[in-house]
Amino acid sequence: MSHAKLASIFNKDEKKVDWHDKALWFVRHKRDKTVHHVKGWEDLRDLGHGIKAHMLSNLDTYLEDFEANAKKNGVEVHWAADAQEHNQIVHKILKDNNAKKVVKSKSMLTEECHLNPFLEADDIEVVDTDLGERIVQLAKEPPSHIVLPAIHKNKHEVDELFQEHLGTKPCDGDPQYLTGEARKHLRQKFIEADAAITGVNFAIAETGGFVVCTNEGNADMGVHLAPVHIACMGVEKIIPKQEHLGVFLRLLARSATGQPVTTYSSHFKKPREGKKMHIVIVDNGRSEQLSRPDFRASLHCIRCGACMNTCPIYRRSGGHSYDATIPGPIGSILSPGKDLTKHSTLPFASTLCGSCSDVCPVKIDIHAQLYKWRQIITKNTPQPFVKKKSMQIMGSIFAKPKKFEKVGKIARWSLRNLPKSVINSKPNTWGKTRDLPTGPKQSFDDWYNERQQNKKND
Amino acid sequence: MKVGLFIPCYINQLYPQVGKATLELLEKLNVEVVYPSGQTCCGQPMANSGYESESIGACNHFVNNFKEFDYIVTPSGSCAYHVKKHYDIIPQTDDVTKVRNNVYELCDFILNVLKIKDLGASFPHKVGVHKSCHGLRGLRLGSCSERVTPEYSYIEELLKEVRGVELMPVKRGDECCGFGGTFAVTEEAISVKMGKDKIKDHLESGVEVITATDTSCLMHLEGLVTRNKQPLKILHIAEILNSNI
Repeated sequence: MSHAKLASIFNKDEKKVDWHDKALWFVRHKRDKTVHHVKGWEDLRDLGHGIKAHMLSNLDTYLEDFEANAKKNGVEVHWAADAQEHNQIVHKILKDNNAKKVVKSKSMLTEECHLNPFLEADDIEVVDTDLGERIVQLAKEPPSHIVLPAIHKNKHEVDELFQEHLGTKPCDGDPQYLTGEARKHLRQKFIEADAAITGVNFAIAETGGFVVCTNEGNADMGVHLAPVHIACMGVEKIIPKQEHLGVFLRLLARSATGQPVTTYSSHFKKPREGKKMHIVIVDNGRSEQLSRPDFRASLHCIRCGACMNTCPIYRRSGGHSYDATIPGPIGSILSPGKDLTKHSTLPFASTLCGSCSDVCPVKIDIHAQLYKWRQIITKNTPQPFVKKKSMQIMGSIFAKPKKFEKVGKIARWSLRNLPKSVINSKPNTWGKTRDLPTGPKQSFDDWYNERQQNKKND
Repeated sequence: MKVGLFIPCYINQLYPQVGKATLELLEKLNVEVVYPSGQTCCGQPMANSGYESESIGACNHFVNNFKEFDYIVTPSGSCAYHVKKHYDIIPQTDDVTKVRNNVYELCDFILNVLKIKDLGASFPHKVGVHKSCHGLRGLRLGSCSERVTPEYSYIEELLKEVRGVELMPVKRGDECCGFGGTFAVTEEAISVKMGKDKIKDHLESGVEVITATDTSCLMHLEGLVTRNKQPLKILHIAEILNSNI
């Protein structure tokens, strides 16, 4: 279904839209307050952008450095060309270690690869341990936001969900009670787990180490208790040196939630004695995106979600309306690269207001890339006949002043003389809830010519 | 200084009063303005809809109309931005480069080229400014709330000098109104919701008149205000700067 259709369904409940909008605007506003306290914030963004651009230009070298250093540290490194291979590798590691119960700490990459259903098909239990992730997992829904995965659900919905799945008592959406119960439930899962899967926020080529950022400490809990740790990362998560980490940790938390730093920045380098650590490095369409000069900067993304919080369309249409693993503005430039036809409406789910580009901590020109995808989509995917034809007609009118004058005259006359019921009939979507301007008798051209004539006569 | 006046297609046909105000204002400021006849459109509607190639005729026509001028001035941030940013689809001849470099949004031109702040206007009303996105984040007609930079706004600098104007602050000072060209139709639900929220913000701060650098945003807001019979007047910035009540 198109973004517009899904968005209009979401908009049927205006109160919920208002609540969703306000909740995300609150985060955006908190972000503003925090970044304004950082001297040289704009320089920091430049630096983040520059490091990522340099990394992408030397991606092969840095990935090989990372692999060599990680191996030196005693980590097993695996390479996956696509989602299928990624899932098979993870599955094999779990099988080899007789792991039947897995705890996972928020990883959008495993969402992208649809790892959970793949493992569950072989009776492996996968529990998402981030509270928001767990909520959407219980609801059998995908996350609607990359940092706030359950932002589309209010506390009363969570209350009902927990009653059904965790056997909690009705509590009128009391957040303290609900989080307390979730904590008890998740602690049990941590203790029982045979393996822990985490994502990777930053992988450091120089050291072979990597960092996972969480606000709930769930990555630490999982990894420290389970005998096997599998970290799954996209190829673009590499940063060249340890010293670059400070740049990104400062940018990430502030942009994501308005915190000065994420509560837990967990650094992993080597397996503990008697334990195992694996890293799966995944391409899944990333090098193809890298090969597109206009879109390669989309791989700078550090997954802070700031573009979603700032986007007036995302805030009012909800993450699920994008029908993609990564929703919002950044998702709208990443997704068409994976499946142009399926995601053909996403680059149009924007007014090109540019707020996403200005808020982006690593300066991805998101709105410019949305514009560029539009040009490609109209050429390469089936377009509605009416849209295509009307664009051709408009193009020919605007190339010829005489035609423009004629059409303008008819339009103005119609707006002035036709009954409102005709003007606001079904084909005119504009007129459903908005009035069209009344057509003036004179165009600016007419007025100007008359004025020049009068001047001459004077 | 030879100045060419560019009146965008929808202003020409639907809001001629904005064009008149712009011309009169520039003449009041002793600018020698020429309105080249046979103007049409900058090509933006097709290009933003993904049909850039259908806009080539309009782009070439635009350049031919304006190549002889030192400055091209228009009461539309979004059209000026389009010429500057997206005219890379036609060969970059000297004429094209000159036109792209010299196209200005009206307030920007008055403040930064003419270097005039007080235009001698008076308008005793409570005014709320809508900062149209393409002018704001495309042409940087003002500071943007996402970025950590000194605060400024060309439109507000000019309005502050207008006698009697009371500038009313709104909560979300630079959020998009939801127009977005064909977006207003293809994403009707979201577009209307954004417009309604924008109007609510202005009404809550006691605004009597909403103004902007772009008639397209104003057409969308006016459409909602008129349909819902809300107590708000919608005027383009040129109309306020040219008024002398």
